[in-house]
Amino acid sequence: MRHALLACALTLTAPLVAEAGGVPAANGFNPALSAILMGNDWGYTRSSTTYALPGFQLGGESGLAAEGLSLAESELTLSANVDPTFYGQLTLAVATADEGSEVEIEEAYGETLALPGGLGVRFGRFFSALGYLNEVHAHAWDFADAPLAYRAFLGQQLFDDGVQVRWVVPADGFVEVGGELLRGRAFPGGSDGSTPGTGDLFLHLGGDVGVSQSWRLGLAHLRANVEARESTVGPPSLFAGDSNLSVVDLVWKWAPHGDPSLRNLLFQAAYFRRAEDGTVAVNPVTGAYDGTQQGGYLQAVYQFWPRLRAGLRYDHLRADDPDGDPAVLTAAGLDPGGHDPARVTVMTDFSPSEFSRLRLQYAADRSRPEPDHSWVVQYILSLGAHGAHAF
Amino acid sequence: MNTNRCGRWFAHRAPGSSWLAAVTAALLLVAQPAAAKVEVFACEPEWGALAAELGGDDVAVFTATSAVQDPHHVEARPRLIAKVRQAELLICTGAELEVGWLPLLVRQAHNPRLAVGQAGYLLAADAVETLEKPTQLDRAAGDVHPGGNPHIQTDPRNIARVADALATRLATVDPGRAEAYRARHADFARRWQEALHRWEAQAEGLRGIPVVVHHTSWVYLEQWLGLVQVAALEPKPGVPPSAAHLAAILSGLATRPARLVVRTPYEDPRPSEWLAERAGLPAVVLPFTVGGSPAATNLFSLFDDTLARLLGAVVRDASAAGASRSESCGRLLVRLFDRPPACSPVRRSGSANVAAQPLVATPILGETRLREAIR
Repeated sequence: MRHALLACALTLTAPLVAEAGGVPAANGFNPALSAILMGNDWGYTRSSTTYALPGFQLGGESGLAAEGLSLAESELTLSANVDPTFYGQLTLAVATADEGSEVEIEEAYGETLALPGGLGVRFGRFFSALGYLNEVHAHAWDFADAPLAYRAFLGQQLFDDGVQVRWVVPADGFVEVGGELLRGRAFPGGSDGSTPGTGDLFLHLGGDVGVSQSWRLGLAHLRANVEARESTVGPPSLFAGDSNLSVVDLVWKWAPHGDPSLRNLLFQAAYFRRAEDGTVAVNPVTGAYDGTQQGGYLQAVYQFWPRLRAGLRYDHLRADDPDGDPAVLTAAGLDPGGHDPARVTVMTDFSPSEFSRLRLQYAADRSRPEPDHSWVVQYILSLGAHGAHAF
Repeated sequence: MNTNRCGRWFAHRAPGSSWLAAVTAALLLVAQPAAAKVEVFACEPEWGALAAELGGDDVAVFTATSAVQDPHHVEARPRLIAKVRQAELLICTGAELEVGWLPLLVRQAHNPRLAVGQAGYLLAADAVETLEKPTQLDRAAGDVHPGGNPHIQTDPRNIARVADALATRLATVDPGRAEAYRARHADFARRWQEALHRWEAQAEGLRGIPVVVHHTSWVYLEQWLGLVQVAALEPKPGVPPSAAHLAAILSGLATRPARLVVRTPYEDPRPSEWLAERAGLPAVVLPFTVGGSPAATNLFSLFDDTLARLLGAVVRDASAAGASRSESCGRLLVRLFDRPPACSPVRRSGSANVAAQPLVATPILGETRLREAIR
């Protein structure tokens, strides 16, 4: 049976001899190579090094960007169809570290091309499909930084080693279901990898409304078996226990007659809810923790003139008063102290072409109880192969 | 077909083997019912219309973009993913026109029948000779396409070439009805040749007419009709027109006059209307593809309407010049012709030969391109 399946798969994927003269120039970019150059100048009225979101243990890259002129992540992406069976992509992010710079593998995955019936399997390291913005690379974000909810719940962006299965349901409208099994290395996981530490399921629905509007709705749930998760920002703490995260997000886009080149409006909203139950250790004491946190963001970006856009974003987070040892919770920064982090961001950007963008952004940031004002000037340049961006 | 053969194998074995095989078989059969219409995904309306011409009732065509959308910039929308998922044949322009969205659509839809190199994946540009293939790939030159200018559908001779390739592919993906596709193609090719002769006769007077274009969308039309592109409103392909560039074009028109400003229905009307008003030229919206004007309802009426609009604008321009701007008309014609002509309005009749006077190459417009066009 396995042989027969394989034989069928092979006949399904057997390439045909091209009928007309091929276009060798199209292979000029094989593998497609692209580089993203990003840099910015951040300013804050409060110290960026004491950043915290009261009530949340922060992991991953959820701190503020360094103040002053600096390079942001430079990104290098190689991608190609490996053969008729697989597609492969490698994304390296080079970031400035304390000493010199460090290279991080953001994505290194293979993906099946030839499975029948709308099935796709991705394996390696990749951005999780949990949450719309999570799959979007930083250079394609509409604001210079991630929503507070992504910082608080996903350590800015969840990417991990594992396997992802997706199935596009044969239907007139877009219905996609999928799931991931991840090593659990990345926040909100915290596993040594002996068993898959993180798993999630997602459902994506989408369609058009008339010719000018389109939308996508995402539902996802993630479970992480956290053996040990260290905070990377704020007071040092170690969490162990169960983490359950649910995400609902909506993307809605408007472009007159479906043509976004002159004017368009992008709207995004997401709601996150996480319940965690376990223990928190703050040297030298350990205490129980049982808490629920929620939050989300709303944003709208309007291209009002060719190449010019303006955007507005509102973030809000809330951590319920958790059950546990008050002294430990306070020391770990898990006691919200009656403060709900919130932020209002405005931005405008100018894109001389689709390969370059200059951005100005201001935020009134109440992440901490004391208000902060931040502003940034940013450039994003993309070189090389014409990258395609998902919806 | 491969899928059906596999499907039958699974169906035959299913009772005795695992439920998984049965489910897989069901999926394969659902994905490709034997007698159902062939689902065709067309990126642009012209290929959707062509698939409908050649496939008739045997195909169900979904067209991803409309005539008022710039096919360079289309979102890989969820609905398009769902449609690619269902399709058995995909026909797109290629030459990197859809590079920003099509590869992603195909990958996200997980439809191996439409993988590059499969019978279900057809790029129209592979069937024709593309123009303006860059000798140097540098984005400082704008959004250049390594495969050449992709707007091949504005030359009806290219439509005929793509029809040949599409008919072959339809017969490959749906061999059971190959004879029907062959018959429809033969009929279409005959009618197209007749129309082509008619159009070429109608357009005789357009030969050598200098035009300003918004984007370099019309090189194939220009080559076919012998129009001469004297300027493009976009300073570089894909870079929106700037005020400085428009002003430079306007002053350039004093020495290199044009007769028309041409744009597609999806392009920003402001730059071409600005220029048209100041230069006293008609701004013409050509349908560009099927559905681009109320009259362009199929491939035949697309070219009927394109020619009617071009000829109409040339007639109106000449009449207006004759009636109210005889002096400037005289100057224009002195530049256009080697000798001072009698500046009389061109006949307004609907006859094909609109620009009654033959346009002769002049030293002022005597570029290689013009000579080629007029040759």
